[in-house]
Amino acid sequence: MSKYIPNTDEQKREMLSEIGAAEIDDLFSDIPEKIRLKRLLDLPKPLSDMELAKHMQTLSDKNSDTDHYTCFLGAGAYDHYIPSIIDHLISRQEFYTAYTPYQPEISQGTLQAIFEYQSMICLLTGMDVSNASLYDGASAVAEAVLLACRATGRAHVLAAKTLHPESREVLRTYTKFSGITVEEYGFLDGAADLSDLEARLSPDTAAVVVQNPNFFGIIEDIKEIAELVHKNKSLLIVSCDPISLALLKPPGELGADIVVGEGQSLGNPLSFGGPYLGFFAATKQLMRRIPGRIAGETVDLSGRRGFVLTLQTREQHIRREKATSNICTNHALNALAATIYLTVMGKNGLREVAELCLQKAHYAYSRLVETGKFSPVFNSPFFKEFAVKYSGDVHKLASRLLEQKILAGYIVENDYKDMDNVLLVAVTEKRTKQEIDTLVERAVCA
Amino acid sequence: MKTGTLTIFEKSRPGRKAYSLPECDVPKTPLSELIPERLLRDTPPGLPEVSEVDAVRHFTELSKRNYGVDSGFYPLGSCTMKYNPKINEEAARMKGFTQIHPYEPEESVQGCLEVLYKTGEMLAEITGMEKFSLQPAAGAHGELCGLMIMKAWHESRSDTARKKIIVPDSAHGTNPASAAVAGFEVVEVKSDENGWIDLKSLRETMTEEVAGLMLTNPNTLGLFDGNILEIADIVHEKGGLLYYDGANMNAIMGITRPGDMGFDIVHLNLHKTFSTPHGGGGPGSGPVGVVKKLVPFLPKPVIEYSGKSYYLDYDRPLSIGRVKSFYGNFTVVLKAYAYMLSMGPEGLRQASETAVLNANYILKKLKDDYLLPYDRVCMHEVVFSALKQKEYGVSALDIAKRLLDFGYHPPTVYFPLIVKEALMIEPTETESKETLDRFISAMKQIAKEAETNAEYLKSAPHNTVVSRLDEARAARNPVLNEMSRAAE
Repeated sequence: MSKYIPNTDEQKREMLSEIGAAEIDDLFSDIPEKIRLKRLLDLPKPLSDMELAKHMQTLSDKNSDTDHYTCFLGAGAYDHYIPSIIDHLISRQEFYTAYTPYQPEISQGTLQAIFEYQSMICLLTGMDVSNASLYDGASAVAEAVLLACRATGRAHVLAAKTLHPESREVLRTYTKFSGITVEEYGFLDGAADLSDLEARLSPDTAAVVVQNPNFFGIIEDIKEIAELVHKNKSLLIVSCDPISLALLKPPGELGADIVVGEGQSLGNPLSFGGPYLGFFAATKQLMRRIPGRIAGETVDLSGRRGFVLTLQTREQHIRREKATSNICTNHALNALAATIYLTVMGKNGLREVAELCLQKAHYAYSRLVETGKFSPVFNSPFFKEFAVKYSGDVHKLASRLLEQKILAGYIVENDYKDMDNVLLVAVTEKRTKQEIDTLVERAVCA
Repeated sequence: MKTGTLTIFEKSRPGRKAYSLPECDVPKTPLSELIPERLLRDTPPGLPEVSEVDAVRHFTELSKRNYGVDSGFYPLGSCTMKYNPKINEEAARMKGFTQIHPYEPEESVQGCLEVLYKTGEMLAEITGMEKFSLQPAAGAHGELCGLMIMKAWHESRSDTARKKIIVPDSAHGTNPASAAVAGFEVVEVKSDENGWIDLKSLRETMTEEVAGLMLTNPNTLGLFDGNILEIADIVHEKGGLLYYDGANMNAIMGITRPGDMGFDIVHLNLHKTFSTPHGGGGPGSGPVGVVKKLVPFLPKPVIEYSGKSYYLDYDRPLSIGRVKSFYGNFTVVLKAYAYMLSMGPEGLRQASETAVLNANYILKKLKDDYLLPYDRVCMHEVVFSALKQKEYGVSALDIAKRLLDFGYHPPTVYFPLIVKEALMIEPTETESKETLDRFISAMKQIAKEAETNAEYLKSAPHNTVVSRLDEARAARNPVLNEMSRAAE
């Protein structure tokens, strides 16, 4: 008997007799005989806790973790510092074993945390309204596009070629079946090619999507893009790195209508790609079209402040097929981690993190270029990630560095076929000068 | 307005800090040389400034204003709020899982790929499907993905007239919403007096314009639809596919399999059936499994095993594409994997048997006190109606709120929509008879109070940190962040 099933055999017999059933099988009488499974499931025999822990440790040991490998890989998932209080706090059972806050009287903790999260996202993005989070950055882009198409009644979308390749893939999947056309516009010196964008805008363009800093790490001039987009009466969707927003002008001030992004950088571990969180914020005009949960403030019967899920008439459990999205929950625990992260870093710490990333990335860039083995690919300003072209075979370089416990970076050719031997290197605040110097040294010897 | 618990912004004091960062150890370049001035922020974002102990106390205080499965009984119907094993949490926090970058080369992540591959295989055995994708992040996400697969399959056969999806009137709200996002028109089919799908109505609705049927079985009334084989025939004969919403899989593990019932596409909720915690609303995981003919349409990449090593297969020309970045909610999948390993085949079957036993026990014990609209053996959950209590002016909501005073999380209320004043109770297998007996006696007391002291129920709860909240006010005059309150 499993330790997760408390009822004893004797209790089960008592309960069956109370119900008036002779045996457990009687309770399954509605299931036709023909489809009853007449054997045990073909699964491994149960493991005790000790055996399970050992098995999981063995699997864990087969992976190369960023404690033992120096990580210069980014491309949408970043090895940022995670303050230790985060895991202590999100491990409180009252947070992680709770369901969505359907009963606000016993869910004030989750609801207030969401309210604080929404406030922080609005502060970073410069937008009016944030939701309680979505699954990840890529699905947030897709949801933003669906919103834009509904809001404008148009069905054409322009996405930057410098939008994360996986975000573009998810966007294609989401739109493929709903009659929305997604077209891509090019880049010039690594940043959005404005004349290409302008040429592709049509009266049916619902939205333009731009990532900032973009996939190559380059900082876009959002204001110029916004002007073009708004002249066409389309909506501007900006997908951004939340850490960069401590330094960069908030997209809300530059004319963005919807701001989304991958929130992993905010206190969430890499975890082989998930779970992360997608943040989603919009202007007040779009408030009642936003997908997902939103928490709002109100009062109880005695006038005490409290928080509830609100604007629920947008949602699937009320509107069914007419809902603004099919999304049911959010990534509450990841959003909680982000909220605690932003609390810990606060007004000044987040800026320090951003500046450390910026300085270290530029140091690494100059050092690599100085060696003569790497050449610049673009000349536009970048934040914590940059592209450089290697003079040899970049695949061989990456494997040789891996042998020396360095995750060198992302091989751009995987997604941009004509950019051979280009390496995308991410440098977070965690990388030390010594680690950067070692990368440069080993890359030269390789 | 009385403020109660202050927000973290209200606790902020300029000059405090909770972070500790190293000095910059590389030569610094002036900011203005790196980024043009016009692209830079004028003022830093107004995030809170608190000390570490302030931060820890704040979020601890918030946690005390919450209720989780570890706090007590959580019979929230349709959500399978079973116990979340601690050892799985520990496994998911091993550094060899949390500190792994998703773009590391395959040879560096064999352990992660093995977890994903084996979980997929085990889920395929449990459901009778051929292969699973672990990419979808939640149940609704799995539904969307499964419906896209359905659409892609029809389109691959140049069968493009199928614009409709049949959804029963008892279905979860996400079913029609997902169908709409996938570009389908939703057609509803009625339930009969047993709570099963009305076969006559299904026959009339199932035409060659219909791509398929979405079904939860056992359904949201907690009843197993015994006509499932006829239903499958009706749908398949007209060229449609059967979609299984796995929300209620906790009733049938090791007892019967969606694949054997005739389903073609299945999504599971690892955060329900497979014990991973709900996290206050996520992250979950909603893997999608399919029968053999649909495998080419699964999202890419698919995890494969060469006989020597695990790898990611991107070469899938018929794939619907990605539905999420990377490979899904990996550490959530990992907890489900650990759960299956600790339960084993017999343990999983006993879990389902006990979940069903517990629900039927509650059904039997409360049927004299609450109206039971479908009076027959139930599966893992039982749906009552508060219509008896309504005669005294007491609603399902009042009963739910009064339960809070007894220290329970209430059942799901007002769902499924086809039961008036619904109270949907799902005890799960991880609760003892003693817990159920205490809950039953609370429910009986509430039924009595409805007759004798209705007003007390209508003003419940009485013992919580806040009393009933004004939801209408929140929606009418939205205050959705600290700044909009300050602007009030």
